[in-house]
This record gives sequence, structure tokens and C-alpha cells, in this order.
Amino acid sequence: MTAEPREFTATGMAARTAAILFVFVIIFTGLLSGAYLWTKPAIEASAAEEKMKLVDEVLPRETYDNALLNDTLDLPPTPELGLEETTMLYRARKDGKPVAMVFEAVAPDGYAGKIRLLVALQADGTVAGVRVTQHKETPGLGDYVDPKKDKDKTHPWIAQFQNLPADLTAKDWKVKKDGGRFEYHAGATVTPRAVVKAVAKAVQWAQAQRETLFAEKGATP
Amino acid sequence: MIARDEFRTIAHNGIWKQNTSIVQILGLCPLLAVTTNAVNGIMLSLATILVMALSGFAIASLRNLIPHEIRIPVFILIVAALVTVVDLLFNANLHELYLVLGIFIPLIVTNCIVLARVEAFAAKNPPVQSIFDGIFMGTGMLWTLALLGGMRELLGGGTLFSGIDMVIPGLQPLQLLPENYPGFLLALLPPGAFILLGCMIAWKNWMDARAAERARLKPPEPVSTAGCH
Repeated sequence: MTAEPREFTATGMAARTAAILFVFVIIFTGLLSGAYLWTKPAIEASAAEEKMKLVDEVLPRETYDNALLNDTLDLPPTPELGLEETTMLYRARKDGKPVAMVFEAVAPDGYAGKIRLLVALQADGTVAGVRVTQHKETPGLGDYVDPKKDKDKTHPWIAQFQNLPADLTAKDWKVKKDGGRFEYHAGATVTPRAVVKAVAKAVQWAQAQRETLFAEKGATP
Repeated sequence: MIARDEFRTIAHNGIWKQNTSIVQILGLCPLLAVTTNAVNGIMLSLATILVMALSGFAIASLRNLIPHEIRIPVFILIVAALVTVVDLLFNANLHELYLVLGIFIPLIVTNCIVLARVEAFAAKNPPVQSIFDGIFMGTGMLWTLALLGGMRELLGGGTLFSGIDMVIPGLQPLQLLPENYPGFLLALLPPGAFILLGCMIAWKNWMDARAAERARLKPPEPVSTAGCH
């Protein structure tokens, strides 16, 4: 667009445009790298904050004092947890002693597909809490397993898993309709049944493994 | 900085006369994919307004430094870099808003509306005018996509503004048709979007033809779009 006083040869012209393009590439790549480096800490912090928000719901923050998100263990696909992919297990400690572990589990048999759960198990084998992180259950019917959708805000259904004793029998790990100890809403039993079953399997697996899971060296010491 | 008349022309062009979606027929890919409800359409348009204003300003400011022969690669470079920077800044500093708008920003990088306006307007006009062109082109897209999304979700599922609770917590989507409305899947699928968009284009042309008839003027010339969709 600028008026050029001199005539350029074809090669001269090509070299000139290439140089200009090169300068633009350098400037804007620099801008990008600068923005990336400048925002990186904040982006990582908010990603960690997001994870912590979820963990806080199943495990109170005052019960442990380590950097839980850095004390992790890669879990290979585990059929007992219903997991087909590698997931992360987080370990909470206080004064270096194991307090609890937080891990994912999947209930494969929800009314509408898989229900993803986050489970916190204390070192003594009691369940600290459970949250549904992903589901496709019928809105207004089976979705009360997710406390955000539960109409009972003071005692949501999922709170039954809070501080569950370690020595439940297989008979206890059922909804009341099937002779167990867990409440359910009439007309929507498939969903709670699936969740209870998945939590039971996950808790039994984790209780059996907990010594090794806490002792094992993770990604960061 | 900008004359009142010029401002009005830019606004009129963006919102009605050269509306990106129903006159220039640009950026159909995100249009079809995103407008399954009104909220998504509005959000995509808001992100587009931001990106178009920024890229218009950047390119209008640099327009005298960019050789004509390599303008397209330079435009792409500038737009892509700017959008990525906006994406990163949003993620870092306005995380709540990013969770809502974030998925739409990468969708815009490849949107040819941005490149088309940069080529057709920002490369030839001063920065302030280019900012307004970006804003009003985006505003034209906003009402079109909101209308299209609203019609699709109303026909498809009987609701309006579903997903609003993700944007403004506490608000509930409206259920306009009875609960037992069976739904009309075609409206939610891409062919439904094409059909409704066709109806909107026809309506726009009918309005223009009527206005031209009244004013005894020729209808506006269609805008060439350089064959990008």
C-alpha cells in the first residue's frame, strides 16, 4: 500500500516481502509467548483451584495439611472402580501421616449411562464423602444423587455417604428397598442403586489396598 | 475521530444492510453448530464482537506497514495471535467468564467473518472506524444468531434461553410449550438451521423489497463474499 520510490527486481521484491513477513512473525510469536508465560501461573492456579473446589466437597480442608494436589498417584485402569482409563489418586496427610485418599470411580449401570463419582476414603477405612461429578440421569427424577439438583438442600441424598463406618457388610451396602441402609426416592431406585453399588465396590477395593496406596511413591515425593 | 454520519452508516451496515449471517452469509459453520439455543448464539456473538473489534483495530493501525502481496498471511497471523492472547488473558484473569465464553473463543479464530471484515474494511479504514465496524458486524450477528437459536430451541424442545443458568446463576430457562411437547428434532439438527436461516434471509429480502418499493429505490446490491463459508 505504501508508495515505493524505487523499482524492485523480482528477487528483490520476494526478499523484501519475505523479510517483512518474517518480522511480523517474530513480533507476533513474541507477543504470544509473552502472553503465554505471563498468564501461565494464573491459569495453572485456577485449574488447581477448580480441582480443590471439588475435593473440598468430599474432604474438609482442615483435616489435612499437605499439598494434596501434588501428592498424587497414577491409577491404572481398575475394573473395581469401573475405570477404563488412567486416573489420578490424591493423598491427604497431616504431619506426614496418612489422613485420606480421594479418587474417582464410575457406576456403569446408571439409568442413563455412566455416573462418575469422586470418593474420599479416610485412612481408618471410613468414607469421608462422595460426590457425583458427571451423570445423565433423568432431570427431576434420578438426578437427586447430584446435590446441586437435590431438592432437599439441608440433607441431600449424597450426604448419607459422609462418615460411613468402615465395617459395613455387603447387606448394608444396598438401598433400603433391597434390605440395605441407604435411603432412596420412590420411583427412582435405579440411580441410587447404581451409585451405592459403585461406591461399595470402590470402598472395598480401596480399603484392601490402602496400605500400599499410601506407601507407594507418587509422581512427586 | 468519527463523524456522526459515518458512524450511522457503519452501524446500519453491520446490523442490517450487510448483516454477516443473512446478507453476507459468512461463518456458517459456527452458526450451524452453536445455535441450538439462544444463549449459545448470544455468547458466540459476544466473543466475536470482542475479537472483531480488536483485530479491526490492530490491522487498521498496521495497515500502512503491510505489503499488499502478503496481506492475507499477515492478517491471519495477527488475528490468530490476538485471539490466542485474548483466550489466555480471559482464562487467567476472568476465569468465571472464561468458563462461559471460553469454548467459543477458539471457534472464532477460524471464522472467516473476522478475516473478511479485516480484508474488506480494516485494511482500508482508520482504526476507530474499524473498531466500530467490528462491533456492529458482531451486533448484527448477535441478533441474527439469538433469533435463529431461539427459534430452533423453541421448535425443537419448547424452551427458550436454556443454559442461561450457566451464564447468570439463578435464572431459569423458560418452558414456553407444554411439558409434554414431543419435540421436533429437525429444528435442532443442522438441516433445521439451514431451513430457518433460509426463512430469515427470505424475510430480510422481503423487508428490503418492501422498503425499496415504498421509497421507489432500487434494492441494495448483494455484497460479494469472496466465496468463503
